Amino acid sequence: MRRSASKKTGQSNSTSASITFSATDFFRSASSKASSKEMERIDNLFYSYANRSSGMIDPEGIETLCSDMEVDHTDVRILMLAWKMRAEKQGYFTLEEWRRGLKSPRADTVNKLKKVLLDLEKEVKRPSNFVDFYTYAFRYCLTEEKQKSIDIESICQLLDLVLGPHFRAQVDYFTEYLKIQSDYKVINMDQWMGFYRFCNQISFPDFSNYDPELAWPLILDNFVEWMRAKRT
Amino acid sequence: MGECKTFELEQGWEYMQKGITKLKGILDGSLEQFNSEDYMMLYTTIYNMCTQKPPNDYSQQLYDKYKEAFQDYINSTVLPSIREKHNEFMLRELMKRWANHKIMVRWLSRFFHYLDRYFIARRSLPPLNEVGLTCFCDLKVNSKAKDVVLDVKVQRELLVVHVNQLLEKEHSGVHSLLRDDKLDDLSRMFRLYNKVTRGLEPVSNVFKQHITAEGTTLVQQVEDAASCQVLIRKIIELHDKYMTYVTDCFQNHTLFHKAMKEAFEIFCNKTIAGSSSAEQLATFCDTILRKGGSDKLNDEAIEEMLEKVVKLLAYISDKDFFAEFYRKKLARGLLFDRSANNEHERSLLSKLKQQCGDLQLAKEHHSSFDEYIGNNPSTRPGIDLQVSVLTIGYWPSYKSSDINLPAEMARGVEVFKEFYDNKNKHRKLTWIFSLGSCHINAKFDQKPIELVVITYQACLLMLFNTSDKLSYPEIMTQSNLSNDDLPRLLHSLSCEKYKILSKEPNTKIVTQNDSFEFNHKFNDRMRRIKVPLPLVDERKKVVEDVHKDRRYAIDAAIVRIMKELESFGLSTANLGPDIKAIKKRIEDLISQEYLEREKENPNMFRGVEGYAGPVRKV
Repeated sequence: MRRSASKKTGQSNSTSASITFSATDFFRSASSKASSKEMERIDNLFYSYANRSSGMIDPEGIETLCSDMEVDHTDVRILMLAWKMRAEKQGYFTLEEWRRGLKSPRADTVNKLKKVLLDLEKEVKRPSNFVDFYTYAFRYCLTEEKQKSIDIESICQLLDLVLGPHFRAQVDYFTEYLKIQSDYKVINMDQWMGFYRFCNQISFPDFSNYDPELAWPLILDNFVEWMRAKRT
Repeated sequence: MGECKTFELEQGWEYMQKGITKLKGILDGSLEQFNSEDYMMLYTTIYNMCTQKPPNDYSQQLYDKYKEAFQDYINSTVLPSIREKHNEFMLRELMKRWANHKIMVRWLSRFFHYLDRYFIARRSLPPLNEVGLTCFCDLKVNSKAKDVVLDVKVQRELLVVHVNQLLEKEHSGVHSLLRDDKLDDLSRMFRLYNKVTRGLEPVSNVFKQHITAEGTTLVQQVEDAASCQVLIRKIIELHDKYMTYVTDCFQNHTLFHKAMKEAFEIFCNKTIAGSSSAEQLATFCDTILRKGGSDKLNDEAIEEMLEKVVKLLAYISDKDFFAEFYRKKLARGLLFDRSANNEHERSLLSKLKQQCGDLQLAKEHHSSFDEYIGNNPSTRPGIDLQVSVLTIGYWPSYKSSDINLPAEMARGVEVFKEFYDNKNKHRKLTWIFSLGSCHINAKFDQKPIELVVITYQACLLMLFNTSDKLSYPEIMTQSNLSNDDLPRLLHSLSCEKYKILSKEPNTKIVTQNDSFEFNHKFNDRMRRIKVPLPLVDERKKVVEDVHKDRRYAIDAAIVRIMKELESFGLSTANLGPDIKAIKKRIEDLISQEYLEREKENPNMFRGVEGYAGPVRKV
């Protein structure tokens, strides 16, 4: 390891036993010492909610966590937290996932977690993150193995939760339509993503730039037709 | 999310007021517009104010304010502007304000739509649309306006303004002119309204409605299959009649051609006595061709009638259904040699030309097969066998099960195969036993009777040559027929008019617990009887088949495109005109992970690399 001028460290190398540390090494070891304490606390926080036998946080644990954070367990911020953790199974958090989600914001107490949720909202809103979050939300609800689509009822709730705050009118009308139509009993990923593109690109409520001859999913063609018929 | 912000009523309403002001500006002629964002913000403001927790749930107040918004505008702006004008200018102002009002209602009701969904529904209040429009109708214009209307009636300007009202009035309305076949009056009316900008539109609309109504009545009167044929004739007459109107009264104006087309499309595509118009037309053609119809038309008349049918065909959206139904009917007719006149068939559908040629060839085969057997006695199958060999593409696709043939028939098939293979080394024969027919001698106690049955029925009967009594499962095993076919076949032999087999228990339905015996005691005064088999619901099958055909055609086109292009859009791939069917197929292929959208351009599709890859993890 090279000796480097330790302007940044403010401490001369003579105070530490290994003279050959570089500055970044010093910082890394300093921060890793601190973070391993944090990591311990993060882990402890996990275990305070986890189920003893399974070693995971299960739905009950999540409910407790939510009430501690003073957030409803159906709140979209919980979904955002799951996204941050890249949680695989709906209703469960593993230690790995927990660490993944809480490590960079360093949330090792319930109060810090509450702050995390607030920051998460902003983080998710960023366009680059939102698409990812939107996609994740759909996958997260595929609870059975090999399940590829979600029933209408659940989709309406999910849309309301995830997209409603951004495109209230479109979501309201679309969910109304979904409940009335009988062509589709489930929605797949392609249709899910199609709707997001639709909200972003298509002028509402006139649909003046909507072209059904483009590759929009058929269900959206039908939705636009229905809306137009309603308006006359 | 975002619920930490509560809108106070004043605050939220101030925001809405801005939108309403902008709307008024637009009505007054400003070039501003509402863009999506404006709309969404206004909608969301109402949404938020209605979904907040009490006491900040302002649904009732917003409903009231909605109505007030109209009333204020009417009282402050609309009413004065009407009142200050006179005579026809007042009327014009009235019309203009009415048009504006409708626009205002449309926009405001969109902003406030959330009220319609829950608050209004829950309290059974009048919906936003109604509330808005009624505000205008409550408008009190003084009686001067009414007098003016009567005065000015003859003037052209009023024609423009009141065209709709005039049309609906009994004595001068287009509707009654049509009803009473007043051709001269209609011609006059056409000439008059032709001079007025867009004056013909309402006239053609009434024309269209009238035809639609007449056509629909005809269709609804039909109750059974027999009157269907009469119906087709009546529809043809209707078509002729109104076509005369279009050419004579309406001077061949495109608007009226269009109105007629649309009217016919509406009722021609309705279901008639349980089957589609495509099928009815096909039956009609079949009847005409086979016997010259019930009127025994001569050749010329037949051709003329067929031409008219073809015109009607233009209105039917599912033309391929017609083709499919027709092919099945004609195919059956040709096969069982019931058709009368080959020439007419050829003139109607070109594919049938091929079928006719095919049959001719098959007939030639019959005689050469007979010759073959005659010259080689050792090959004699012991039964009288006639095989029609048809070319696959020319005929509808027929299903045939893998039935176990009785020994005698099996031998016949073998002999024919040898004969055919000798003559045609590179052809493959697929046997369609479901279409065969058989004459079988049954030795009943009283007298032997010749039974005319289909091959499947014959096979089942022959089983009783070796066993006295057989259970359903035994029959199934020995014949190798499935639960799809067997019940119907056994039913035709034991539960219908001619009980060739007796069934135990003697119920009307065939079940898996039944057993059957040859009915020695059966007798009939005839020496030869036909034991019919009620047909399966062909209609459903034809519909399914056509849909399947379309799907295959689209799939084939997609595969072809994928070989040529790396990615394709709906327009670059020449997949045909039926966008909905194409999108359905693509949807299917996407969920099967065969196709996917391009990330950079979701309007383009391409094949998935490593198709059937693993499920992606989160």
